[in-house]
Amino acid sequence: MSTTRPEGAQDPSAVSEHLTLDDRIALLRYMLLMRGIEERAMNLYRQGKVPGSFYDGYGQEAVSVGATFAMAAQDRLCILHRDLGAHLIRGVTPARILGQYMGREGGITGGRDGNVHFGDWRLGCVGMVSMLPDMMLVATGMAMAFKLRHERRCAITWFGDGSTSRGDFHEAMNWAGVQRLPVIFVLENNQYAYSTPTGAQFAVDPVERAQAYGFPGLSVDGNDAEAMFEATRQARERALDGGGPTLIEAVTMRMHGHAAHDDMKYVPKEQVDEWRKKDPIDRQETRLRDLGVDTAAIREEVRAAIDAGTQEALAMPMPDPDTATDRLFHEGADELVLGDGNAPWSGHAQTAAGADS
Amino acid sequence: MAAMTYLQAISDGMRQEMRHDERVLVMGEDIGVFGGAFKVTDGFIEEFGAARVMDTPVAESGIIGTAIGAAVVGMRPIAEMQFADFISCGFDQLVNVAGKMYYRQGLPVNITVRLPSGGGFSGGPFHSQNPEAWFMHSPGLKVVAPSTAEDAKGMLIGAVRDHNPVVYLEHKHLYRRVRGEVPDGLYETPFTARVARSGSDLTVIAYGAMVHTALEATEDLDGASVEVLDLRSLVPLDEEAILASVRKTSKVLIVDEANATCAAGAQVAALIADRAFEDLDGPVRRVATPDVPIPFSPPLEQALLPSVDRVKEAARELLEY
Repeated sequence: MSTTRPEGAQDPSAVSEHLTLDDRIALLRYMLLMRGIEERAMNLYRQGKVPGSFYDGYGQEAVSVGATFAMAAQDRLCILHRDLGAHLIRGVTPARILGQYMGREGGITGGRDGNVHFGDWRLGCVGMVSMLPDMMLVATGMAMAFKLRHERRCAITWFGDGSTSRGDFHEAMNWAGVQRLPVIFVLENNQYAYSTPTGAQFAVDPVERAQAYGFPGLSVDGNDAEAMFEATRQARERALDGGGPTLIEAVTMRMHGHAAHDDMKYVPKEQVDEWRKKDPIDRQETRLRDLGVDTAAIREEVRAAIDAGTQEALAMPMPDPDTATDRLFHEGADELVLGDGNAPWSGHAQTAAGADS
Repeated sequence: MAAMTYLQAISDGMRQEMRHDERVLVMGEDIGVFGGAFKVTDGFIEEFGAARVMDTPVAESGIIGTAIGAAVVGMRPIAEMQFADFISCGFDQLVNVAGKMYYRQGLPVNITVRLPSGGGFSGGPFHSQNPEAWFMHSPGLKVVAPSTAEDAKGMLIGAVRDHNPVVYLEHKHLYRRVRGEVPDGLYETPFTARVARSGSDLTVIAYGAMVHTALEATEDLDGASVEVLDLRSLVPLDEEAILASVRKTSKVLIVDEANATCAAGAQVAALIADRAFEDLDGPVRRVATPDVPIPFSPPLEQALLPSVDRVKEAARELLEY
């Protein structure tokens, strides 16, 4: 499968012939935005402004950014906690994300859940729960509805190497396989589930299991946004054409601890050093610089957006304690269902409007 | 109006709502070609097709989880557990994903989870349970348990139309034993309590199959006037109806087929102690199943489940208090 340059591509350094230069710049911009927001959030955490702990996806930016870039407005996403890039692509602003981390009223969940436990349903995203990989089944159910209604749409979800040990992984893989559903499973193999290395997690590489469930699985360089895009684009095409699910193993490395409190002393230093050389942002930036793109200007633009978002988030009030028991049930007449998100890839000619119904 | 069994009323509610709303689908184990372990969906696959009457893999977490996914993209799934007991395998999806979604993210999960519950026919420890209290203790889930054919249909339709996850307990012992006049067409029964029999000397509070046990036990109790309150809904709990009845009679007996500890009846007793203490003219008494698994052999099972005789005895004691 295509992690190398397809024949006929215009630019020898491009992994996918389906990306314009603007697309490739967008991939860099979203990765920079993700890293910059998370670095800013870590500073806010150290200043005591982020309650609880803080989880980031440093070094894994290509996984969510590359995969989400292939998805259309009417597709639906169940997003994991190291995949901030997916939210950014769909259209969530830095201010609302930073407000989320700080438990502010203007955060995506209004302070009701923390960290990257959020999804803006108006943009077609469902937030994760801590019991991984529960969202594999939710994404499978979305795909089941798409197939039932004969819609050309696709669901995508991310989960980690540790998730492959749980029963919901099996139930979702089997269900999607037996019903041949338009769903993409992105296995984000970052080598560690908290402190447990993959060697203690599974005896057989989980990407090999896909075949046993009746659909293809492939390993992709998870630190290459263009490779992630291309693999996801192809999986999506296959899904829309009735070909069923795909398991994409994004091979990457968790460069920080499980969360801010974790010094990661269980990871050999050489392993981190080795992966630092494969940084996904460095890789994309080098490609673009070689093509004459002024990446310094992009960095400056991203920094300004994060600065503005930070100010906006810091100005958000904390939630009113009197509202803590409000909104347990939806009693209105309104039908609230997932809406469409942004789909900036040039290959999506138009953005379909409206919500599910 | 037509005379129907409790089971036929559930079927009728689902069938009519499926005709009325193409977003509704039913999914579960053996519900399609076979028509369900209890035949609640008998004939459905012929009318609605295999996509909307879905035989699923034997995967309860999968059933609840995929129902959630379908719901948030605009479907209205009715998920059947073959037996209520099996919901333990889908507990995480129901409690953590469905139950918390709206509070956390503002996204309602419109699913109905049907749980054929209850004992009384040698189902043994894994086919006889009444797990409603698990879900009463899990914020974000509604829990209903109709006792009559009319309510079984109306509450099923109400559950499907409710935007939130609804746990719908259908007592297996009522399926073919209880019959009643059921209105034609589509209607919703509110998630509130119902006075099954009005009285002034004593209130017996029950839900599901125990409503019938309570009615039978107090039908002729030495001329006493006994009110029977059918809760119908456990979440939301109709607190005002409970308190109003207690104020009227001043004596309360609460009957629960579930294991006694932290059961729905315990919650009702706590409510009365908290908010109706001054209205009481005797202790709040409970009859429930002791805290052991439900055994298989008939004499063992019957020794545990609240019987007409046990309810009668407890009611007499209270009346004489």
